[in-house]
Amino acid sequence: MILFQGVWRKVKLKGKPLASIVSAGLSRFGKLEGLCAREIFAQAAKEAYERCPRLDPKKDIKALFIGHMGESYEHQGHTGAIAADWAGVLHIPATRTEAACSSSGVALRAAVYAVASGLCDVVMVGGVEKMTHRSTPEVTEFLAMAADFPFEQWHGLTFPGLYALIATAHMHRYGTTEAQLAHVAVKNHYNGSLNPKAHIQKEITLEQALSSRVIAWPLKLFDCSLITDGASCLILTRPELAKKYTDAPVHIIGSGQACDMIGLYEREELTSLKAAKLAAKQAYEMAGVKPEDIDVAEVHDCFTIAEIVAYEDLGFCKPGEGGRLAESGETSLKGRIPVNTSGGLKAKGHPVGATGTAQAYEIYLQLTGQAEKRQVADAEIGLSHNVGGSGATATVHIYKRG
Amino acid sequence: MTAQPQNFTIEQFYKNICQKKLMGGKCRKCGKIHLPPRPLCDNCFSTEFEWVDLPTTGKLLTYTIIHVAPPQFQNMAPYTVGIVELENGIKLPGMIRDVPLDGIKIGMRLKMEFGGLQQTQQWPQWPRYYFKPL
Repeated sequence: MILFQGVWRKVKLKGKPLASIVSAGLSRFGKLEGLCAREIFAQAAKEAYERCPRLDPKKDIKALFIGHMGESYEHQGHTGAIAADWAGVLHIPATRTEAACSSSGVALRAAVYAVASGLCDVVMVGGVEKMTHRSTPEVTEFLAMAADFPFEQWHGLTFPGLYALIATAHMHRYGTTEAQLAHVAVKNHYNGSLNPKAHIQKEITLEQALSSRVIAWPLKLFDCSLITDGASCLILTRPELAKKYTDAPVHIIGSGQACDMIGLYEREELTSLKAAKLAAKQAYEMAGVKPEDIDVAEVHDCFTIAEIVAYEDLGFCKPGEGGRLAESGETSLKGRIPVNTSGGLKAKGHPVGATGTAQAYEIYLQLTGQAEKRQVADAEIGLSHNVGGSGATATVHIYKRG
Repeated sequence: MTAQPQNFTIEQFYKNICQKKLMGGKCRKCGKIHLPPRPLCDNCFSTEFEWVDLPTTGKLLTYTIIHVAPPQFQNMAPYTVGIVELENGIKLPGMIRDVPLDGIKIGMRLKMEFGGLQQTQQWPQWPRYYFKPL
């Protein structure tokens, strides 16, 4: 990883597009009763095809990468082939990636490898998860599989519990408050109220957030993302071919990925995610941009504390100042750096395998001026930050309007 | 205590816990202590280890009180889980018992206790340890 951080990127890639998004699709997010994951993915694929009339999917798409976290939800694995089949692009190489909640962030990274290497001209990349037909305790257990089983799950830790450990440590070290956490939820629910595809399209108040029932203290119901069904997909091509498919491409100019120990308890720090910091460093250097250049960001707010830590790991503020940044309103739609304009995982929803490319979908809409009521004026550079588990995997991508 | 490299496993860690011993795998080449024990030193790639006793006291680094629990733990909720830094710097998560929920404080000193074998359907039959105030 050190080598990768240093050599070929700085010299050859500073700001040069690695790949270009020429289309994107997103299913409705929510409780999609009676639909299997494959059928939900077909909805996302259909939108991507409709948005790109110059694309002939059967002829042009040369590979598919799809993020999907778990077989447990539907007793169904082998998602690569299934997704290719239901998207109508059979017989191409179709690969599933799994990295818990960053499964499709990793798929996007793999798609960038495929295109940037020159092996493929056009690839489809996406993610999917079907979760709402299972009970909350079942989903809690399935999600906990992304933690360290013998030492974390075995001792009763859940995912809200792991992020609560981060929250408690952050509050103790920096004075972050429960109200600051709640500010993240209020903002993201407001943004979700403007997104017709969001799972919850309803505003909440600070009081509602603070008085909701405790899930894993100090995290309450409104500090937690939603159990959601949904799918997302993008069509990527080599930058020099982008104009063949669309007049308004979005270039991926930075891509970072890193991993860390799976057990939160084994890591150097409890108040930041090293994998995310390393992924961000790679992506910023590759893109030749700085945190202050980002006009709009989608970050992994699986819990409100995760968004606060993301502000710090991504350099939007100094370590320890994330709570105050949330409170200041600077990350709201009209603020200095709007974060989670889609409603985020908190309100748009978190179908875990679909999340990484769903974040890219929102940035694609923002940079092409298609985000309607939640459009950020003149957004030119965007960022997505997708975390797997309690931070064992992280991907960061940086995008520029073409 | 000496043992073959293949014995430096999580399974063996829990067998030691069964015998009320908290032990880590110490690399004979570079001296790094691994918890969980590993078959390959992530520092120097050695496969030569020895079991060493670890301190069973330490301080609480962070904690949470779990109210919504997975099926296996529902009858215990609400319960507290924390990360404890042992005297030698090694960190370990575990439940915290024998203290009121509002009496738990970051930095408090805790001691490991060894619980009985927990019968949990479809899960390995490992014992559990937990922490209580020193």
